[in-house]
Amino acid sequence: MIKLVFLGRLVDLAGGGEIDIAIAGPTPLEDLLLGLPAPLAEPLADPRVKLALNGRLVPRESLVVEAGDELAFLPPVSGG
Amino acid sequence: MTAHVRLLLAPFDPARETSEFTLRYPEAGGVVSFLGQVRAGGGCEALELSHYEPLTLPGMEGLAASALTRWQLDGLLIIHRAGVMLPGEPIVLVAAAARHRRDAFAAADFAMDHLKSESWFWKREKAGGQWRWIEPREEDRQDLSRWA
Repeated sequence: MIKLVFLGRLVDLAGGGEIDIAIAGPTPLEDLLLGLPAPLAEPLADPRVKLALNGRLVPRESLVVEAGDELAFLPPVSGG
Repeated sequence: MTAHVRLLLAPFDPARETSEFTLRYPEAGGVVSFLGQVRAGGGCEALELSHYEPLTLPGMEGLAASALTRWQLDGLLIIHRAGVMLPGEPIVLVAAAARHRRDAFAAADFAMDHLKSESWFWKREKAGGQWRWIEPREEDRQDLSRWA
């Protein structure tokens, strides 16, 4: 299992702030997104959406997730 | 030079916080504070700020550390709310204590510009019973360029 965390308007698209999904071993980000419904996968693929893996910002390029990871999708912030 | 940085999920009393902060720094010649609150009017019924635990507070702490290296400060206070707030409720309080006023003004201004445009918060507003996400503002990004 991997935990996906959504922030901002992505929460509405995902139907909640978190979802757990099953993965079979190390999975590239592109493959992970392919397993999601298109109306959610499309906005998640937007390069303006930053990623945090286990609480640390990571680049999108060549990102691979593993079981037990927490991957957060962070859309542009709208300020305090 | 001490930073006091807090992320709160419940309302706070800005007057009490400012007063306690000021009392810590009798050697400061000046304390500049800024309070941001939920604007009443325009049909706004509530504001909600969401945050991401692993990034939001550490980001605010990093911002405070950067202000402390940039200006001669005795202390810097940053308090930010998350959760649901009603019109008139405080959202953010920044206070800077310094020997000389210009450092205090600049540090508070710097902290606010960065909180508004770079901090890990997502905002939505309730009006007419409907929640609506608020998009990033270009003005906030431009404000940030003042400090480049």
